[in-house]
Amino acid sequence: MISKEIKSYFPILNQEINGHPLVYLDSAATSQKPVQVIEALKNYYEFDNSNVHRGVHTLGNRATEKYEGAREKVRKFINAKSTEEIIFLRGTTTAINLVAQSYGRANVEEGDEIVITYMEHHSNIIPWQQLAKERGAVLKYIELEEDGTISLEQVRAAITDRTKIVSMVYVSNVLGTMNPVKEVAKLAHEVGAVMVVDGAQAAPHLKIDVQDLDCDFFAFSGHKMVGPTGIGVLYGKKALLNDMEPVEFGGEMIDFVGLYDSTWKELPWKFEGGTPIIAGAVGLGAAIDFLNDIGLNEIEKHEHKMAAYAMDKMSGIEGLEIYGPADPAKRAGIVTFNLNDVHPHDVATVLDMSGIAVRAGHHCAQPLMKWLNVSATARASFYLYNDESDIDRLVEELRSAKEYFNDVF
Amino acid sequence: MSSNNLDQLYRRVIMDHYKTPRNKGTLDTNSVNIEMNNPTCGDRILLTLQVEDGIVKDAKFDGEGCSISMASASMMTQAVKGQPVENALKLSHIFSDMMLGKEYDDSIDLGDIEALQGVSQFPARIKCATLAWKAMEKGVQSEEKS
Repeated sequence: MISKEIKSYFPILNQEINGHPLVYLDSAATSQKPVQVIEALKNYYEFDNSNVHRGVHTLGNRATEKYEGAREKVRKFINAKSTEEIIFLRGTTTAINLVAQSYGRANVEEGDEIVITYMEHHSNIIPWQQLAKERGAVLKYIELEEDGTISLEQVRAAITDRTKIVSMVYVSNVLGTMNPVKEVAKLAHEVGAVMVVDGAQAAPHLKIDVQDLDCDFFAFSGHKMVGPTGIGVLYGKKALLNDMEPVEFGGEMIDFVGLYDSTWKELPWKFEGGTPIIAGAVGLGAAIDFLNDIGLNEIEKHEHKMAAYAMDKMSGIEGLEIYGPADPAKRAGIVTFNLNDVHPHDVATVLDMSGIAVRAGHHCAQPLMKWLNVSATARASFYLYNDESDIDRLVEELRSAKEYFNDVF
Repeated sequence: MSSNNLDQLYRRVIMDHYKTPRNKGTLDTNSVNIEMNNPTCGDRILLTLQVEDGIVKDAKFDGEGCSISMASASMMTQAVKGQPVENALKLSHIFSDMMLGKEYDDSIDLGDIEALQGVSQFPARIKCATLAWKAMEKGVQSEEKS
């Protein structure tokens, strides 16, 4: 159950900003961290810190157990078949880049197609742009419907026999749209393409089952799901990962090193060159425990409720435009909007003076901004620690912002 | 809402420049074009300058952005028009000091620009205010080299 008590686990939320209690509505950028995660990091550094997969001493064993224990937690969290399919990396961006540089370089040839959508984050655009340029491949965009959703007809129209990779965001960081990635994966597989899912905004909010989605790769970041920054995950099907070459070489990922040639460790370590992100993984494990205790289904329900409440209250403000699907059931807890005649930066500054944190700008999704025909927007995003009172504060301050700018004009 | 602080940022003269920008548009002939943006927020400016004999003969700007960035662009074009390049750069230097909250040369009458002083209290917004000035500096410097 999501109760008011949850807020009390997040020490950062208990403070004043510019003389007002903080209302944090920027979780889509990064989430706040509960004491359980902060304590896990502290505990790791105070008692267990050591390097992993080497050394005979006790601390080395403990650190290894914690690190590999976190991998098992991640495996369960997304229902992967094996921990061999869970690679710890810096975040979603690094994960998608790994797929592009390793799988992409080996499998995409001149004239082949890579298919993405207009609602991608830059992290799921630029790795493919670079790959397409390098290989002489074609980068294609799936058109969006008027309400900012993706229809399977448009997906069918974009995918052809030349398509090698389809990559799509599960939940849009701007529109909040939840995309039918399972159905898209089916269409991709019909033409022999692999399906890559950018799960950065999905993993914090929905129950993920990579076997049910039948996606080939799934990328997400710890910091958006109450975990620390600097840790993320790439899931990949074992058969694909086995055939892929590492993109980072050095310590930790090798099996045998000769003077002129070396061999790699088995999965998943061959992709984890250098001392791994041990504390980050431990923190991510604690974050997963925290989310599981509450229940991902509960979190998802809560977010739909928040989105519905926010959209209802915000649409009562005259001149406020909300982007993306009008049906709250079709979106996660993200509401992107503009207040007419007031630039989103000005909206964000006025809200900040009242202790309310929202994002303003292009949200790392410039092609989508172009599609929306706006240069920037404001975005309020909700997570498990937000409740109706936060949205009431937002709505109240949006009304005064409007009045304020009407006055000074 | 803490409107006292906000009033320091959104002075009436700033809103006036935002609402009715001076020198909005583009120059067509013999001009140097500078396009600049704030990649993190989407503010964009296209500045056209006509520099002849070491003097900024004319300046116009186009673009989109928040009230601070557009008002600052409007004020900047107003301030540098008709000025020798040297003075324009000096103004830019003074403006930069003002944004950083440093002591600045007050022997020159800054006119409307003075109203932007409050921006220095809002670190996240300083880059909005300096965008047009950076474009101007780049423009006159490239013109001087050519």
